Amino acid sequence: MGYKKRKRHVGIVGIGETKFSSHREDVNQPEMIHEAVRQALDDAGLQIDDIDCVVHGNMELFEMVHQPDMWHTLGSGAYGKSSFRLTTGGTTGGTLVCGADNLVASGMYDVVLAIGFEKLQEGHTTGGITNMADPLWARKLQSGALTAQAAVKLIAEFGEERARRAAMTYRIIMDKHACKNPNAHRAFHLEWDQMEDLMAHSPPLIGDLRLIHMCSQSDGACAIIFAAEKKAREISEAPVWIRDHITVHREETLNLANNYYPIDTTHRFAAETLYERNGIENPLEYFDVFEMYDPSAWWGVDWLRDFFLLEGDEHIKMVENREIMIGGKMPINPSGGVIATNPIGATAMVRVAEAAKQIRGDAGDHQVPGSVEHGLASSFGGTMWTVLTMLEKETNW
Amino acid sequence: MQKDDFSKSYVVEGKLALPYTYFAGRVGSTFLTTLRDQKKIMGVQCNQCEKIFVPPRQTCERCLSDIRDNWVPIENSGEVVNFTVVREQDKHLPRKTPYILGLIKLDGADTPMVHIIDGIDPEKITEGVRVRAVYTNESDPSILYIDHFEPISS
Repeated sequence: MGYKKRKRHVGIVGIGETKFSSHREDVNQPEMIHEAVRQALDDAGLQIDDIDCVVHGNMELFEMVHQPDMWHTLGSGAYGKSSFRLTTGGTTGGTLVCGADNLVASGMYDVVLAIGFEKLQEGHTTGGITNMADPLWARKLQSGALTAQAAVKLIAEFGEERARRAAMTYRIIMDKHACKNPNAHRAFHLEWDQMEDLMAHSPPLIGDLRLIHMCSQSDGACAIIFAAEKKAREISEAPVWIRDHITVHREETLNLANNYYPIDTTHRFAAETLYERNGIENPLEYFDVFEMYDPSAWWGVDWLRDFFLLEGDEHIKMVENREIMIGGKMPINPSGGVIATNPIGATAMVRVAEAAKQIRGDAGDHQVPGSVEHGLASSFGGTMWTVLTMLEKETNW
Repeated sequence: MQKDDFSKSYVVEGKLALPYTYFAGRVGSTFLTTLRDQKKIMGVQCNQCEKIFVPPRQTCERCLSDIRDNWVPIENSGEVVNFTVVREQDKHLPRKTPYILGLIKLDGADTPMVHIIDGIDPEKITEGVRVRAVYTNESDPSILYIDHFEPISS
């Protein structure tokens, strides 16, 4: 939705998430997404007939199937309804939320069901992702999704010892959160006294990026139901409102050297723009919870600075002082985040779903204490892309 | 340079490998193992919509009811409700062309399924021809446990 062009408020009224896992041999794709759809319908107290439109998305080519939205109809319930497929790489789940919000906010549909899924066990992610690079300029030069870029950056700025400790502290905090979330894929029950051992002996992937730092490959689906304000208040006692969202995509290969695009990271640019236009002067004070798309512990630490517009080592201190834990000043990923669970086409949507559950106050064991009124959710994809979404408990902004 | 002169237009050639697996799900698996072990075709019924689906599915596409346990036996015979004749040979095809690809509505089912029809001249096939399943043991787990359908001589 163009900023300030929404015709009406849009509320989240139903949320469904499968248990995330690397072993879903028991279901085919429509059956797996149906688990999330059924949960979202039950959560909202709605029937499939109440849904006006279905928005569906995942990573292109990851399961090596064409137009999955069409043959997933058996699970999505899109039969006879308006339906759209959205796919924007890693940000797909965030884009699904933007798309569903736009469809409702514009007045086109009153109740929209958005579904993000991935079944990585069936496909070949590297086969799919290498298709992303420009065939003429980049495809024969690219590496892949694994990179130690953030590790190099943090070590250069803060030294090996401090940077490595910060990354492993972040990692252990995320695992402690994942252990409280029954839907999380990987929950290792890591203890603080394992820190030295993990820093020294976790299998290295690239440079200082080790296996323990990196996200999983997960299967699962997420479904969220969005409704126009009047309907939302009829359906739900506590709708969670979409206040604003911003999308920043940039093809780095071709645009590094020009002056047209912002030279900030897309995360920083998105955060600055979103907060400025919503009058948020201190995001760290304003938000009560942040669900971040953090594909590795290194990125998680580094990106805190971008998303909260921090300077110097403020972001490192947040991690060192464990302020990002449940119960801390700024809880990050009470769900365990992406390092624990990464069903890619659903991942960014799970960030919004989890932030919304925190605002509703019914997240379960990983609910953060105290009142949660303002939530933030990020998506990440492509060559450093961002979708950033603001969620609210009230409509008084 | 002439618009239709392509002499200085370079073409980048590439090839992508697209390996995949697909999990049949429990409903699909039951269908396949029943076909393999008992040579029987099973469908599922939506009681609300009063439809019997073959091939089976976990949810009714209309009302989204969970119908995974509503198994009903289907006859091995049925009627050709539509067909096409495949005439262009290609290496991925399961038969030497020409052969008939039919939509067959089995007795007891409300939905037709796609399969090969053999044992009749492709020029003589018509809608309404009665056919029955011919099974094979020579196949990976798939719908090709049924080798083809053949006409029932009246």
